[in-house]
Amino acid sequence: MVDFAGWDMPVQYHGVVEEHLAVRTHAGLFDVSHMGEIEIRGDGALAAVQRLTCNDAARLAPGLAQYSAFTTEQGTFVDDIIVYCLARDRYFICVNASNASKDFAWVASHVPKGVTALNRSDEFAQIAIQGPEAEAILRGLTETDIHALKAFTFAESRVAGVPALVARTGYTGEDGFELYCESGRAAELWDTLMGVGAPFGLTPCGLGARDTLRLEACLMLYGNDIDDTTTVVEAGLNFILKLDKGEFIGRDALARQKAAGAPRRLVAFEMVDRGVARHGYPAQIDGAAAGHVTSGTFTPFLKKNLGMAYLPAPAAREGHEFDVVIRGKPTRARVVKTPHYKRPARSAGGSA
Amino acid sequence: MYPDNLRYTKDHEWVSVKDATGTVGVTHFAQKELGDVVFVELPEVGKKLKAGDEFGTIESVKAVSEVYAPVAGEVVEVNGALVDHPEIVNEDPYGRGWILKVRLDSPAEAASLMDAAAYQAFLAGQKH
Repeated sequence: MVDFAGWDMPVQYHGVVEEHLAVRTHAGLFDVSHMGEIEIRGDGALAAVQRLTCNDAARLAPGLAQYSAFTTEQGTFVDDIIVYCLARDRYFICVNASNASKDFAWVASHVPKGVTALNRSDEFAQIAIQGPEAEAILRGLTETDIHALKAFTFAESRVAGVPALVARTGYTGEDGFELYCESGRAAELWDTLMGVGAPFGLTPCGLGARDTLRLEACLMLYGNDIDDTTTVVEAGLNFILKLDKGEFIGRDALARQKAAGAPRRLVAFEMVDRGVARHGYPAQIDGAAAGHVTSGTFTPFLKKNLGMAYLPAPAAREGHEFDVVIRGKPTRARVVKTPHYKRPARSAGGSA
Repeated sequence: MYPDNLRYTKDHEWVSVKDATGTVGVTHFAQKELGDVVFVELPEVGKKLKAGDEFGTIESVKAVSEVYAPVAGEVVEVNGALVDHPEIVNEDPYGRGWILKVRLDSPAEAASLMDAAAYQAFLAGQKH
Protein backbone atom coordinates (compact mmCIF):
# COMPACT_ATOMS: atom_id res chain seq x y z
CA MET A 1 0.00 0.00 0.00
CA VAL A 2 1.18 3.54 -0.70
CA ASP A 3 0.01 6.97 0.31
CA PHE A 4 -1.57 8.72 -2.68
CA ALA A 5 -2.91 12.22 -2.04
CA GLY A 6 -3.74 11.10 1.50
CA TRP A 7 -5.36 7.83 0.42
CA ASP A 8 -3.94 4.47 1.38
CA MET A 9 -3.94 2.63 -1.95
CA PRO A 10 -2.55 -0.60 -3.39
CA VAL A 11 0.11 -0.27 -6.09
CA GLN A 12 -0.67 -3.82 -7.10
CA TYR A 13 -2.68 -6.84 -6.02
CA HIS A 14 -0.89 -9.64 -7.87
CA GLY A 15 1.50 -7.80 -10.17
CA VAL A 16 1.40 -4.80 -12.47
CA VAL A 17 2.03 -6.82 -15.64
CA GLU A 18 -0.65 -9.42 -14.89
CA GLU A 19 -3.20 -6.73 -14.00
CA HIS A 20 -2.36 -4.65 -17.07
CA LEU A 21 -2.78 -7.63 -19.39
CA ALA A 22 -6.04 -8.61 -17.71
CA VAL A 23 -7.53 -5.23 -18.65
CA ARG A 24 -6.38 -5.51 -22.26
CA THR A 25 -7.63 -9.08 -22.71
CA HIS A 26 -10.46 -9.62 -20.18
CA ALA A 27 -11.34 -7.07 -17.50
CA GLY A 28 -9.93 -5.30 -14.48
CA LEU A 29 -11.57 -3.76 -11.43
CA PHE A 30 -10.18 -0.56 -9.91
CA ASP A 31 -11.14 1.12 -6.66
CA VAL A 32 -10.66 4.75 -7.63
CA SER A 33 -12.70 6.25 -4.83
CA HIS A 34 -9.88 8.73 -4.25
CA MET A 35 -11.07 10.70 -7.30
CA GLY A 36 -12.90 13.90 -6.37
CA GLU A 37 -16.43 14.90 -7.36
CA ILE A 38 -17.71 18.44 -7.61
CA GLU A 39 -21.28 19.34 -8.46
CA ILE A 40 -22.30 22.68 -9.95
CA ARG A 41 -26.00 23.41 -9.86
CA GLY A 42 -28.44 26.26 -10.33
CA ASP A 43 -29.98 28.29 -13.15
CA GLY A 44 -26.60 29.64 -14.18
CA ALA A 45 -24.80 26.28 -13.88
CA LEU A 46 -24.13 25.89 -17.60
CA ALA A 47 -22.76 29.43 -17.90
CA ALA A 48 -20.51 28.77 -14.89
CA VAL A 49 -19.19 25.50 -16.34
CA GLN A 50 -18.63 27.22 -19.67
CA ARG A 51 -16.59 29.95 -18.01
CA LEU A 52 -14.50 27.50 -15.95
CA THR A 53 -13.71 24.93 -18.64
CA CYS A 54 -12.21 24.94 -22.15
CA ASN A 55 -14.46 22.33 -23.80
CA ASP A 56 -18.00 23.22 -24.91
CA ALA A 57 -20.39 22.07 -22.19
CA ALA A 58 -23.34 23.46 -24.16
CA ARG A 59 -23.02 20.38 -26.37
CA LEU A 60 -23.89 18.17 -23.41
CA ALA A 61 -27.45 16.95 -23.09
CA PRO A 62 -28.41 15.12 -19.89
CA GLY A 63 -26.72 11.71 -19.97
CA LEU A 64 -23.66 12.92 -21.90
CA ALA A 65 -20.13 13.41 -20.60
CA GLN A 66 -17.01 15.09 -21.95
CA TYR A 67 -13.31 15.28 -21.19
CA SER A 68 -12.34 18.86 -20.39
CA ALA A 69 -10.12 21.04 -18.21
CA PHE A 70 -10.32 23.83 -15.69
CA THR A 71 -7.91 26.41 -17.14
CA THR A 72 -6.06 29.38 -15.69
CA GLU A 73 -5.87 32.85 -17.29
CA GLN A 74 -2.56 31.68 -18.80
CA GLY A 75 -4.24 28.70 -20.45
CA THR A 76 -2.51 26.22 -18.14
CA PHE A 77 -4.25 23.45 -16.22
CA VAL A 78 -5.92 23.84 -12.86
CA ASP A 79 -6.96 20.23 -13.55
CA ASP A 80 -8.17 17.90 -16.26
CA ILE A 81 -11.69 16.66 -15.63
CA ILE A 82 -14.72 14.78 -16.89
CA VAL A 83 -17.96 16.79 -16.95
CA TYR A 84 -21.19 14.78 -16.65
CA CYS A 85 -24.43 16.60 -17.48
CA LEU A 86 -27.06 15.38 -15.02
CA ALA A 87 -29.48 18.10 -16.12
CA ARG A 88 -29.10 21.46 -17.86
CA ASP A 89 -28.78 23.01 -14.42
CA ARG A 90 -26.74 20.22 -12.76
CA TYR A 91 -23.20 19.23 -13.74
CA PHE A 92 -21.22 16.51 -11.99
CA ILE A 93 -17.48 16.87 -12.41
CA CYS A 94 -14.87 14.19 -11.72
CA VAL A 95 -11.53 15.70 -10.69
CA ASN A 96 -8.13 14.38 -9.64
CA ALA A 97 -7.74 13.34 -6.00
CA SER A 98 -4.64 15.42 -5.45
CA ASN A 99 -6.45 18.49 -6.81
CA ALA A 100 -9.90 18.07 -5.28
CA SER A 101 -9.55 20.72 -2.57
CA LYS A 102 -7.73 23.16 -4.86
CA ASP A 103 -10.31 22.62 -7.61
CA PHE A 104 -13.22 23.14 -5.29
CA ALA A 105 -11.74 26.40 -3.97
CA TRP A 106 -11.14 27.50 -7.58
CA VAL A 107 -14.67 26.63 -8.67
CA ALA A 108 -16.28 28.15 -5.57
CA SER A 109 -14.38 31.40 -6.10
CA HIS A 110 -15.58 31.67 -9.71
CA VAL A 111 -19.25 30.70 -9.62
CA PRO A 112 -21.66 33.64 -9.63
CA LYS A 113 -24.45 34.20 -7.12
CA GLY A 114 -27.31 31.79 -7.67
CA VAL A 115 -25.01 28.96 -8.69
CA THR A 116 -24.01 26.43 -6.05
CA ALA A 117 -20.75 24.50 -6.04
CA LEU A 118 -20.65 21.39 -3.86
CA ASN A 119 -17.61 19.31 -3.00
CA ARG A 120 -19.19 15.83 -2.95
CA SER A 121 -15.89 13.92 -2.90
CA ASP A 122 -16.53 12.26 0.46
CA GLU A 123 -20.04 11.16 -0.49
CA PHE A 124 -18.97 9.23 -3.57
CA ALA A 125 -16.89 6.17 -4.17
CA GLN A 126 -15.83 5.23 -7.68
CA ILE A 127 -15.23 1.76 -9.03
CA ALA A 128 -13.95 1.37 -12.58
CA ILE A 129 -14.51 -1.84 -14.52
CA GLN A 130 -12.41 -1.80 -17.66
CA GLY A 131 -11.69 -4.22 -20.45
CA PRO A 132 -13.38 -6.08 -23.30
CA GLU A 133 -15.45 -8.23 -20.88
CA ALA A 134 -16.66 -5.26 -18.80
CA GLU A 135 -19.98 -5.00 -20.61
CA ALA A 136 -20.70 -8.72 -20.33
CA ILE A 137 -19.99 -8.65 -16.59
CA LEU A 138 -22.23 -5.64 -15.95
CA ARG A 139 -25.03 -6.72 -18.24
CA GLY A 140 -26.79 -9.00 -15.77
CA LEU A 141 -26.33 -6.65 -12.83
CA THR A 142 -28.27 -3.62 -14.02
CA GLU A 143 -31.58 -2.84 -15.68
CA THR A 144 -29.94 -0.20 -17.84
CA ASP A 145 -29.32 -1.34 -21.41
CA ILE A 146 -25.60 -0.88 -21.15
CA HIS A 147 -24.97 -2.34 -24.59
CA ALA A 148 -26.73 0.76 -25.94
CA LEU A 149 -24.69 3.06 -23.71
CA LYS A 150 -22.14 4.70 -25.99
CA ALA A 151 -18.70 5.98 -24.99
CA PHE A 152 -18.95 9.19 -22.95
CA THR A 153 -22.60 8.63 -22.06
CA PHE A 154 -23.99 7.56 -18.70
CA ALA A 155 -27.15 6.51 -16.90
CA GLU A 156 -28.32 6.99 -13.33
CA SER A 157 -29.18 3.43 -12.47
CA ARG A 158 -28.54 0.61 -10.03
CA VAL A 159 -25.81 -2.01 -10.18
CA ALA A 160 -26.43 -5.13 -8.10
CA GLY A 161 -29.05 -3.15 -6.21
CA VAL A 162 -26.68 -0.28 -5.42
CA PRO A 163 -27.73 3.14 -6.79
CA ALA A 164 -24.97 4.24 -9.16
CA LEU A 165 -24.11 6.58 -11.95
CA VAL A 166 -22.95 4.18 -14.68
CA ALA A 167 -20.68 5.95 -17.16
CA ARG A 168 -19.00 4.48 -20.23
CA THR A 169 -15.77 6.29 -19.48
CA GLY A 170 -12.36 5.22 -18.27
CA TYR A 171 -8.64 5.81 -17.97
CA THR A 172 -7.16 2.70 -19.55
CA GLY A 173 -7.63 3.03 -23.30
CA GLU A 174 -9.99 0.07 -23.11
CA ASP A 175 -13.76 -0.15 -23.28
CA GLY A 176 -15.32 -0.02 -19.84
CA PHE A 177 -17.35 1.74 -17.22
CA GLU A 178 -16.88 3.98 -14.22
CA LEU A 179 -19.42 3.49 -11.46
CA TYR A 180 -20.04 6.29 -8.98
CA CYS A 181 -21.91 5.17 -5.88
CA GLU A 182 -22.51 6.14 -2.28
CA SER A 183 -19.25 5.63 -0.34
CA GLY A 184 -20.86 3.35 2.23
CA ARG A 185 -21.96 0.85 -0.41
CA ALA A 186 -18.75 0.62 -2.42
CA ALA A 187 -17.39 -2.46 -0.65
CA GLU A 188 -20.62 -4.37 -1.32
CA LEU A 189 -20.55 -3.33 -4.99
CA TRP A 190 -16.88 -4.34 -5.30
CA ASP A 191 -17.55 -7.77 -3.80
CA THR A 192 -20.52 -8.42 -6.07
CA LEU A 193 -18.60 -7.37 -9.16
CA MET A 194 -15.63 -9.56 -8.25
CA GLY A 195 -17.91 -12.53 -7.64
CA VAL A 196 -19.81 -12.16 -10.92
CA GLY A 197 -16.71 -11.15 -12.86
CA ALA A 198 -14.32 -13.89 -11.76
CA PRO A 199 -15.48 -16.39 -14.43
CA PHE A 200 -14.85 -13.67 -17.04
CA GLY A 201 -11.29 -13.19 -15.84
CA LEU A 202 -12.01 -10.01 -13.87
CA THR A 203 -8.84 -9.07 -11.97
CA PRO A 204 -8.46 -6.49 -9.19
CA CYS A 205 -6.03 -3.79 -10.33
CA GLY A 206 -3.93 -1.27 -8.40
CA LEU A 207 -2.42 2.13 -9.09
CA GLY A 208 0.55 0.59 -10.90
CA ALA A 209 -1.52 -0.93 -13.71
CA ARG A 210 -3.71 2.17 -13.83
CA ASP A 211 -0.58 4.19 -14.61
CA THR A 212 0.88 1.83 -17.22
CA LEU A 213 -2.50 1.43 -18.94
CA ARG A 214 -3.15 5.14 -19.19
CA LEU A 215 0.38 5.76 -20.42
CA GLU A 216 0.06 3.11 -23.13
CA ALA A 217 -3.11 4.94 -24.22
CA CYS A 218 -1.37 8.36 -23.89
CA LEU A 219 -3.95 9.65 -21.40
CA MET A 220 -2.72 12.57 -19.33
CA LEU A 221 -1.68 12.32 -15.69
CA TYR A 222 -1.96 15.62 -13.85
CA GLY A 223 1.31 16.41 -12.10
CA ASN A 224 3.27 14.50 -14.75
CA ASP A 225 2.17 15.35 -18.26
CA ILE A 226 0.12 18.44 -17.50
CA ASP A 227 0.01 20.94 -14.65
CA ASP A 228 -0.34 24.66 -14.00
CA THR A 229 2.82 25.41 -16.00
CA THR A 230 1.75 23.64 -19.22
CA THR A 231 -1.00 24.84 -21.54
CA VAL A 232 -3.78 22.98 -23.30
CA VAL A 233 -2.15 23.77 -26.66
CA GLU A 234 1.29 22.53 -25.54
CA ALA A 235 -0.31 19.31 -24.32
CA GLY A 236 -1.85 18.84 -27.76
CA LEU A 237 -5.38 18.55 -26.36
CA ASN A 238 -6.92 20.56 -29.20
CA PHE A 239 -9.98 18.31 -29.21
CA ILE A 240 -11.07 19.78 -25.87
CA LEU A 241 -10.21 23.36 -26.80
CA LYS A 242 -13.32 25.13 -28.13
CA LEU A 243 -12.21 28.71 -28.72
CA ASP A 244 -15.42 29.58 -30.57
CA LYS A 245 -17.78 28.66 -27.72
CA GLY A 246 -17.53 32.09 -26.10
CA GLU A 247 -15.55 33.58 -23.26
CA PHE A 248 -13.81 31.31 -20.71
CA ILE A 249 -10.90 31.64 -18.32
CA GLY A 250 -7.70 31.32 -20.34
CA ARG A 251 -9.34 31.72 -23.74
CA ASP A 252 -7.30 34.76 -24.82
CA ALA A 253 -3.97 33.18 -23.91
CA LEU A 254 -4.88 29.91 -25.61
CA ALA A 255 -6.18 31.65 -28.75
CA ARG A 256 -2.92 33.59 -29.01
CA GLN A 257 -0.82 30.48 -28.50
CA LYS A 258 -2.81 28.41 -30.94
CA ALA A 259 -2.43 31.11 -33.60
CA ALA A 260 1.29 31.67 -32.98
CA GLY A 261 2.12 28.02 -32.34
CA ALA A 262 3.29 26.62 -29.02
CA PRO A 263 7.06 26.78 -28.41
CA ARG A 264 7.01 23.22 -27.08
CA ARG A 265 4.76 20.25 -27.54
CA LEU A 266 3.99 17.06 -25.66
CA VAL A 267 5.04 14.09 -27.78
CA ALA A 268 4.77 10.33 -27.48
CA PHE A 269 8.06 8.50 -27.90
CA GLU A 270 9.58 5.05 -27.84
CA MET A 271 13.06 4.16 -26.76
CA VAL A 272 15.31 3.12 -29.63
CA ASP A 273 18.24 2.12 -27.41
CA ARG A 274 17.77 -0.11 -24.39
CA GLY A 275 16.58 1.72 -21.30
CA VAL A 276 13.45 2.71 -19.45
CA ALA A 277 12.56 6.42 -19.55
CA ARG A 278 11.01 7.77 -16.34
CA HIS A 279 9.19 10.90 -15.21
CA GLY A 280 11.63 13.80 -14.86
CA TYR A 281 14.50 12.43 -16.95
CA PRO A 282 16.05 15.18 -19.13
CA ALA A 283 15.66 15.18 -22.90
CA GLN A 284 18.53 16.30 -25.14
CA ILE A 285 18.92 17.15 -28.79
CA ASP A 286 22.52 17.07 -30.05
CA GLY A 287 23.73 17.21 -26.46
CA ALA A 288 21.73 20.33 -25.54
CA ALA A 289 18.91 20.39 -22.99
CA ALA A 290 15.57 20.13 -24.82
CA GLY A 291 12.86 19.42 -22.26
CA HIS A 292 12.03 16.47 -20.08
CA VAL A 293 10.20 13.17 -19.90
CA THR A 294 6.78 13.58 -18.28
CA SER A 295 5.86 9.89 -18.11
CA GLY A 296 7.72 6.76 -19.06
CA THR A 297 7.77 3.07 -18.34
CA PHE A 298 7.95 -0.40 -19.81
CA THR A 299 4.45 -0.99 -21.16
CA PRO A 300 3.30 -4.55 -20.51
CA PHE A 301 0.92 -5.03 -23.47
CA LEU A 302 3.02 -3.46 -26.24
CA LYS A 303 6.18 -4.71 -24.48
CA LYS A 304 8.10 -1.55 -25.31
CA ASN A 305 9.80 1.21 -23.36
CA LEU A 306 7.50 4.14 -24.07
CA GLY A 307 6.86 7.61 -22.76
CA MET A 308 5.76 11.17 -23.28
CA ALA A 309 7.93 14.29 -23.21
CA TYR A 310 7.84 17.99 -23.90
CA LEU A 311 10.12 18.88 -26.81
CA PRO A 312 10.73 22.17 -28.66
CA ALA A 313 8.14 22.50 -31.44
CA PRO A 314 10.58 21.93 -34.35
CA ALA A 315 11.58 18.57 -32.83
CA ALA A 316 8.04 17.52 -31.95
CA ARG A 317 7.34 15.60 -35.14
CA GLU A 318 6.92 11.91 -35.81
CA GLY A 319 10.18 10.14 -36.55
CA HIS A 320 12.40 12.77 -34.97
CA GLU A 321 15.11 11.25 -32.78
CA PHE A 322 16.37 12.70 -29.52
CA ASP A 323 18.09 11.46 -26.36
CA VAL A 324 16.67 10.68 -22.95
CA VAL A 325 19.36 11.03 -20.29
CA ILE A 326 19.16 7.86 -18.19
CA ARG A 327 21.49 7.87 -15.17
CA GLY A 328 23.77 10.32 -16.95
CA LYS A 329 23.78 8.47 -20.25
CA PRO A 330 22.12 9.90 -23.39
CA THR A 331 19.91 7.11 -24.68
CA ARG A 332 18.25 7.29 -28.07
CA ALA A 333 14.47 7.73 -28.39
CA ARG A 334 12.15 8.47 -31.31
CA VAL A 335 8.97 10.53 -31.53
CA VAL A 336 6.05 8.31 -32.53
CA LYS A 337 2.40 8.71 -33.34
CA THR A 338 0.08 9.19 -30.37
CA PRO A 339 -1.50 7.21 -28.78
CA HIS A 340 0.87 4.27 -28.34
CA TYR A 341 -2.11 1.94 -27.95
CA LYS A 342 -5.52 2.19 -29.55
CA ARG A 343 -7.93 -0.62 -28.84
CA PRO A 344 -9.12 -2.65 -31.81
CA ALA A 345 -12.57 -1.71 -33.15
CA ARG A 346 -15.22 -4.08 -31.87
CA SER A 347 -18.59 -4.98 -33.24
CA ALA A 348 -20.06 -4.52 -29.77
CA GLY A 349 -21.54 -1.15 -28.81
CA GLY A 350 -19.83 1.58 -26.90
CA SER A 351 -16.74 1.90 -29.00
CA ALA A 352 -17.77 5.25 -30.48
CA MET B 1 13.35 -19.35 -0.34
CA TYR B 2 16.72 -18.55 1.21
CA PRO B 3 19.15 -21.37 0.37
CA ASP B 4 21.62 -22.34 3.09
CA ASN B 5 24.63 -22.38 0.75
CA LEU B 6 24.40 -18.65 0.01
CA ARG B 7 25.47 -15.51 1.85
CA TYR B 8 23.30 -12.41 1.97
CA THR B 9 23.56 -8.61 2.25
CA LYS B 10 21.27 -6.00 3.80
CA ASP B 11 20.72 -4.66 0.27
CA HIS B 12 19.21 -8.03 -0.66
CA GLU B 13 21.96 -9.45 -2.85
CA TRP B 14 23.22 -13.01 -2.49
CA VAL B 15 26.61 -14.50 -3.28
CA SER B 16 27.67 -18.10 -3.67
CA VAL B 17 31.34 -18.99 -3.55
CA LYS B 18 33.00 -21.79 -5.45
CA ASP B 19 36.78 -21.88 -5.34
CA ALA B 20 37.82 -18.28 -6.12
CA THR B 21 34.66 -17.32 -8.01
CA GLY B 22 31.62 -15.63 -6.54
CA THR B 23 28.22 -15.69 -8.27
CA VAL B 24 25.94 -12.77 -7.40
CA GLY B 25 22.22 -12.16 -7.72
CA VAL B 26 19.30 -10.63 -5.84
CA THR B 27 17.19 -12.43 -3.28
CA HIS B 28 13.67 -13.74 -3.43
CA PHE B 29 12.66 -10.87 -1.15
CA ALA B 30 14.19 -8.32 -3.56
CA GLN B 31 12.49 -9.71 -6.66
CA LYS B 32 9.18 -9.87 -4.84
CA GLU B 33 9.45 -6.29 -3.59
CA LEU B 34 10.44 -5.03 -7.04
CA GLY B 35 7.65 -6.84 -8.83
CA ASP B 36 7.86 -7.60 -12.54
CA VAL B 37 11.47 -6.95 -13.58
CA VAL B 38 11.62 -5.35 -17.03
CA PHE B 39 15.21 -4.18 -17.37
CA VAL B 40 18.60 -5.19 -16.01
CA GLU B 41 21.66 -3.02 -16.60
CA LEU B 42 24.78 -5.15 -16.38
CA PRO B 43 28.37 -4.04 -15.70
CA GLU B 44 31.18 -4.66 -18.17
CA VAL B 45 33.36 -7.71 -17.84
CA GLY B 46 36.70 -6.67 -16.37
CA LYS B 47 35.21 -4.08 -14.04
CA LYS B 48 36.80 -4.14 -10.59
CA LEU B 49 34.36 -3.90 -7.71
CA LYS B 50 34.83 -3.22 -4.03
CA ALA B 51 32.29 -4.57 -1.57
CA GLY B 52 29.37 -2.15 -1.55
CA ASP B 53 30.05 -0.73 -5.03
CA GLU B 54 27.01 -0.19 -7.21
CA PHE B 55 27.39 -2.50 -10.19
CA GLY B 56 24.11 -2.23 -12.04
CA THR B 57 20.45 -1.38 -12.04
CA ILE B 58 17.32 -3.48 -11.92
CA GLU B 59 14.08 -1.88 -13.02
CA SER B 60 10.59 -3.16 -12.53
CA VAL B 61 7.55 -1.56 -14.11
CA LYS B 62 7.26 0.82 -11.17
CA ALA B 63 10.69 1.08 -9.59
CA VAL B 64 14.37 1.62 -10.28
CA SER B 65 16.75 -0.13 -7.92
CA GLU B 66 20.55 -0.18 -7.74
CA VAL B 67 22.41 -3.39 -7.00
CA TYR B 68 25.62 -3.51 -4.98
CA ALA B 69 28.59 -5.85 -4.90
CA PRO B 70 28.47 -8.10 -1.80
CA VAL B 71 32.19 -8.80 -2.04
CA ALA B 72 35.27 -7.39 -3.78
CA GLY B 73 36.49 -8.80 -7.08
CA GLU B 74 36.76 -8.45 -10.83
CA VAL B 75 33.75 -9.13 -13.03
CA VAL B 76 34.54 -12.18 -15.16
CA GLU B 77 31.09 -12.95 -16.58
CA VAL B 78 27.65 -11.34 -16.75
CA ASN B 79 24.34 -13.06 -17.40
CA GLY B 80 23.54 -11.88 -20.91
CA ALA B 81 20.24 -13.77 -20.88
CA LEU B 82 18.82 -11.05 -18.63
CA VAL B 83 19.13 -8.45 -21.39
CA ASP B 84 16.30 -9.97 -23.41
CA HIS B 85 14.61 -11.83 -20.56
CA PRO B 86 14.84 -9.73 -17.39
CA GLU B 87 11.81 -11.60 -16.00
CA ILE B 88 14.15 -14.51 -15.22
CA VAL B 89 15.15 -12.54 -12.11
CA ASN B 90 11.59 -13.03 -10.84
CA GLU B 91 11.26 -16.61 -12.01
CA ASP B 92 14.51 -18.05 -10.70
CA PRO B 93 16.48 -15.52 -8.61
CA TYR B 94 19.02 -18.05 -7.30
CA GLY B 95 19.43 -20.04 -10.50
CA ARG B 96 19.02 -18.76 -14.04
CA GLY B 97 18.50 -15.26 -12.63
CA TRP B 98 22.13 -14.85 -11.48
CA ILE B 99 23.54 -11.47 -12.49
CA LEU B 100 27.33 -11.69 -12.52
CA LYS B 101 30.39 -13.69 -11.55
CA VAL B 102 33.46 -12.16 -9.96
CA ARG B 103 36.96 -13.43 -9.40
CA LEU B 104 37.13 -12.87 -5.68
CA ASP B 105 39.89 -10.74 -4.21
CA SER B 106 39.49 -12.75 -1.02
CA PRO B 107 37.47 -15.98 -1.11
CA ALA B 108 37.06 -15.75 2.67
CA GLU B 109 35.31 -12.37 2.51
CA ALA B 110 31.84 -13.82 1.89
CA ALA B 111 31.93 -15.57 5.26
CA SER B 112 31.53 -12.18 6.92
CA LEU B 113 28.10 -11.75 5.30
CA MET B 114 24.82 -13.01 6.74
CA ASP B 115 23.93 -16.66 6.40
CA ALA B 116 20.37 -17.70 5.53
CA ALA B 117 19.17 -17.72 9.13
CA ALA B 118 20.67 -14.29 9.87
CA TYR B 119 19.19 -12.84 6.66
CA GLN B 120 15.74 -14.15 7.49
CA ALA B 121 16.03 -12.68 10.97
CA PHE B 122 17.08 -9.40 9.34
CA LEU B 123 14.01 -9.49 7.06
CA ALA B 124 11.73 -10.24 9.99
CA GLY B 125 13.09 -7.13 11.69
CA GLN B 126 12.32 -5.01 8.63
CA LYS B 127 8.58 -4.87 9.37
CA HIS B 128 7.61 -6.17 5.94
